[in-house]
Amino acid sequence: MNPSIPRPYPPKPANAYLFATCLIDQFAPQAGLDTVSLLQREGISIHFPEAQTCCGQPAYTSGYPDEARIVARRQLDLFPQAWPVVVPSGSCAAMMRHHYPKLFANDPVLYAKANELAGRIFELTEFLIHVVGFKRVDVGGSCTVALHTSCHARREMGVHETSAALLAGLTQVKVVRQARAEECCGFGGTFAMRHPDISAAIVSDKVASLKESGAQRVVSADCGCLFNILGRAEKIDQSAAKGTPSLPGEHIASFLWRRTSGGEA
Amino acid sequence: MSQNQTVHFHPAEGFAERSRAAVNDAHLRRSFRGAMDFLQAKRLSQFPDADELSALRDLGKAIRLHALANLPDLLEQLEAKLQANGIQVHWAETPDQANAIVLDIAHRHDAKNMVKGKSMVSEEIGLNHAMEVAGIEALETDMGEYIVQLAGEAPSHIIMPAIHKTRQQIAELFAAKVPGVAYTDNVDELIRIGRDVLRKKFAAAEIGLSGVNFAVAETGTLYLVENEGNGRMCTSVPKVHIAVTGIEKVVAKLEHVALLNILLPRSATGQAVETYQNFISGPRKPDELDGPDEVHLILLDNGRTQAYADVQLRATLQCIRCGACMNHCPVYARIGGHAYGTTYPGPIGAIISPHLLGLEATYALATASSLCGACVEVCPVRIPITDILIRLRNEAQAASAGKLRGGGRARKPLQSSIWLVWSWIYGQPWLYRIVSWLMSRGRALAPSNQGAWTRSRTPLNPAPQRLRDLLRRPASG
Ligand code: SF4
Repeated sequence: MNPSIPRPYPPKPANAYLFATCLIDQFAPQAGLDTVSLLQREGISIHFPEAQTCCGQPAYTSGYPDEARIVARRQLDLFPQAWPVVVPSGSCAAMMRHHYPKLFANDPVLYAKANELAGRIFELTEFLIHVVGFKRVDVGGSCTVALHTSCHARREMGVHETSAALLAGLTQVKVVRQARAEECCGFGGTFAMRHPDISAAIVSDKVASLKESGAQRVVSADCGCLFNILGRAEKIDQSAAKGTPSLPGEHIASFLWRRTSGGEA
Repeated sequence: MSQNQTVHFHPAEGFAERSRAAVNDAHLRRSFRGAMDFLQAKRLSQFPDADELSALRDLGKAIRLHALANLPDLLEQLEAKLQANGIQVHWAETPDQANAIVLDIAHRHDAKNMVKGKSMVSEEIGLNHAMEVAGIEALETDMGEYIVQLAGEAPSHIIMPAIHKTRQQIAELFAAKVPGVAYTDNVDELIRIGRDVLRKKFAAAEIGLSGVNFAVAETGTLYLVENEGNGRMCTSVPKVHIAVTGIEKVVAKLEHVALLNILLPRSATGQAVETYQNFISGPRKPDELDGPDEVHLILLDNGRTQAYADVQLRATLQCIRCGACMNHCPVYARIGGHAYGTTYPGPIGAIISPHLLGLEATYALATASSLCGACVEVCPVRIPITDILIRLRNEAQAASAGKLRGGGRARKPLQSSIWLVWSWIYGQPWLYRIVSWLMSRGRALAPSNQGAWTRSRTPLNPAPQRLRDLLRRPASG
């Protein structure tokens, strides 16, 4: 896989599946709802297979491929129609698009299935830009934001430019660039639990650079990074006994939906 | 000069403690951060055209793949060509064997003094220590290596060994350890002091030892790059030159060196070209004025054949030791090189060390990565480092020992049962539905202490209603 080689994009479909990810389902459902709103407004019917659980990445990256396979195997059957599958997370999208075929490499039948599915996995922001041709008027007030792109969105999916392009289309939004914007936030799934000191050092630097950028809030297309960054920022606020969050943030789907739907800015 | 050299391998169990100490060392954090920012910017300035860089990396990878695909043949060809050129070839399976070969040569020449050019393989085999035990002074002549040797430390970076040291620390070190030197933190002055010491040693040494960047099979040439001229001195002034290298450093043709060397200095230090490029093709000929009377090459295995034997892990041996992966690694930038406890730190250290030292002893390194892929993005020969890290995690925790030394030893019953239960829950939609529903309903019971997570972050709590609950109601759009 080489993210610098552009993939082909289909025309805007009438139907699409949503693979919402376990993090959004359980911890950040608003990001999922706003993803649905954004896509339905474009005239796309969204199908949410209820049997979906998790892409399997946590076990896959922790060294438990058999367990990852059990979970990933379940997701393979959820999308029988040839519709695109939209994933509001660069990391989970990369798992399904690039790692599923590797995970099932030893089983010709499942490999074929995984490969076919991989071909129609789209990260939300790339789908909005390249498939939907998203163009909505920014109706929010002026504000300053910074974008954090997850490492898998950037380096495996190669979609860092589509998040940036969506923000650039919002006329009242000023996007500032934090120092070392390309650097990891230190989440890395179980890495954050296994090496808490190193992870904390990395995310503390990330929070500091985001604050120094002058952004009023941070947006990202990945909930894992957001939980990490915002959780760290909140903890720092708590120890400084600060009432209002010094670094609020949200999923890019929520931000986009509010800015373009007439909800408050 | 007396050094208190030790074997610098630290057991893996200490990794957590060492990395914690490192991230809490503000001074170390600042110096590594500054150095990494500088090196990243310099590298980038050498590759202004992304497409060209991408094509070059394809080429670099192809050359290394070609060499590895033909490794046994190329090594035989290399040996024959070197011998034809008058270079003596030795094979060492282990560090001890390699050191024994060096000692044997040294004893034959009654050598007491050795000058060394920069060589990570000599670090890998603990050569300085072996020489010291045998009563031979092995003096580092690369300025960075000289500094860490004076300090009784190991290199913290494969290209810039003393990168963890500030100017002031070096000044203090010189004042304390070099006889007759007053404190100065003037860089030019410090370099002059070092040079003065080393000059005299070059003249006195019976043996010069060096590493090798590439060994060319077709011509029997040893290629060595450096910036200080000390490498040329070590390989040409003493009567005997011994080069040590890993068996993977062979390439088929001389022109392959030319191509790889477009990538090597640019990726390493952000230089377009190194100051010195040495093509060593044999001992001094009768009509030549300088050069050693004897040249030896020691080819070291030390676990490399284990990597070679595995289709996926073989890619580890593509490495040209440029150090770009560590220069771009968010973990290395936070903990520096010493915390790894291995000769090779950073991403390359995490993937090569298991073959040199066993997976059991080095498993912590494979886990100390967020798999961000910054290393993969810059590696000039496109080693899929993150995929290899995942593979090593698999092997370390596998239920059976597998093919790798120390495989399966990191498996912990509690951990594997947690993942098994996880796979039941997320592998059965009905069970997931119940468990996730319970988590939402019981969110008030979510612990405020979530272990390692909440040491630096606020707790992560389930939402009152899951997305699937909310989607059951009429959609908002
Ligand atoms: S793994 Fe790649 S980036 Fe790292 S030292 Fe080797 S060649 Fe350089």
